[in-house]
Amino acid sequence: MDSPSQTRHISEENAQSISRVEELAYVIRVDEVMSRDPKVLSPSMAMSDVLEMLRRDHISGAPVVFSSDLIGIISLEDLIRALVAKDLDAPVSQYMTTTNILTVHASDTVVEALKIFSKYNVGRLPVINENGSLTGMITKGDITRGILNNLQKDFQREEVRRYRASHLFEDIISDRSSLILRYNIKKGDFTRGGNASSNIKRALVRLGANQQIARRCGIAIYEAEMNLIIHTTKGGIIRVEIEPHKITMRAVDDGPGIVNVELAKQAGYSTATDEIREMGFGAGMGLFNINRCVDKMTLESEPGKGTRLEMKIYLQPEESVGDTSYHYGDRT
Amino acid sequence: MKLNDIIQIIDGTVCTEGTTQDVEIRGGCGADLMSDVLTSIQPHAVLLTGLVNPQVVRTADMADVSAIVFVRGKCPHPETVSLANQEGIPIISTPLGMFEVCGRLYSAGLPSLENELNLI
Repeated sequence: MDSPSQTRHISEENAQSISRVEELAYVIRVDEVMSRDPKVLSPSMAMSDVLEMLRRDHISGAPVVFSSDLIGIISLEDLIRALVAKDLDAPVSQYMTTTNILTVHASDTVVEALKIFSKYNVGRLPVINENGSLTGMITKGDITRGILNNLQKDFQREEVRRYRASHLFEDIISDRSSLILRYNIKKGDFTRGGNASSNIKRALVRLGANQQIARRCGIAIYEAEMNLIIHTTKGGIIRVEIEPHKITMRAVDDGPGIVNVELAKQAGYSTATDEIREMGFGAGMGLFNINRCVDKMTLESEPGKGTRLEMKIYLQPEESVGDTSYHYGDRT
Repeated sequence: MKLNDIIQIIDGTVCTEGTTQDVEIRGGCGADLMSDVLTSIQPHAVLLTGLVNPQVVRTADMADVSAIVFVRGKCPHPETVSLANQEGIPIISTPLGMFEVCGRLYSAGLPSLENELNLI
């Protein structure tokens, strides 16, 4: 690829995009962007047919293939030689170029093709596979398109990443605004287990929570979600209330309840079956772990009635979610 | 250490799609109990485990794990791989055992990202 002019002023932003394009040239493979099933000539074809084909397809040359091997190439120059000699009935084999045919490998990155383009000033290159068979053609246009497609994908990813609902509470005037998320958790649903937690963590990140807060909430609520899946009779409900300065997560079920709440909170105490342990849970670390992750944990339970676990995380002003005005104080 | 280097050191095979191998891995954590992982792991680690169900991916998601390695040649369940693809967490499979994998990575300079816990 041409290096940018030394005198041109390159902003930080430009420098980034240049390096990304250059990086892409080393990432995108020739066979990802080349055109497949290219127009090919056979050695026995008459030069007059070549003339007709080049005119019809608006191309300036074509590879010559014999039993799928690339044996030569016809360019406009070769055609002109036949025209000047008034020899258009001659076969392709007589005028094709057979020595020093420029090719590029299908598995090469496009930077290899770009090097050949700029060194030999050609516009298109035959692409061959490891057996030497022709598999396609590549032009500068193909490469540009490939790079643009990739940049477009990058851009979309960036857009998605940047999309944050972090201004959620900003335009809503109330004495106290909060966002409530509810999830129904089914007993024994191991396959979807953690789904709710995953969504909660993602929501927090989109609301502007920092990685650390999102992680603490994620781990705590995941342990609570697995507890509902493993230990309850009918499953339960997770309710998360998000406020700019506080996140309150509740896991509530209606049975069977915990016989000894204090014992249950101890690290290593477990009532889980071997089956649950085989799945990697039931080590008796759940409540202990939740307690470590949140600022305040309240566990209330009554055998036969159910369990109510409340977890609170308080946010420092600089950690607040869903309300950017909270960050900056009085903003106009 | 890059994920790429880890794959080479442990003779690993990538099981997920579109895996970027130049991800920086800050350290490792080895465990089969997901609660232990959640309790002790620090962010951006490679998780070495013999457990292959989708909960491993969920755990990784919650704990900001950068990549998962299944030891002892275990093939992940299809739903595990599909969840990992969805969450963008690379899964690597290695024929080596847990001890061997930990040993090789540690000798190659990958630090532990397991918190020490004092439970007593």
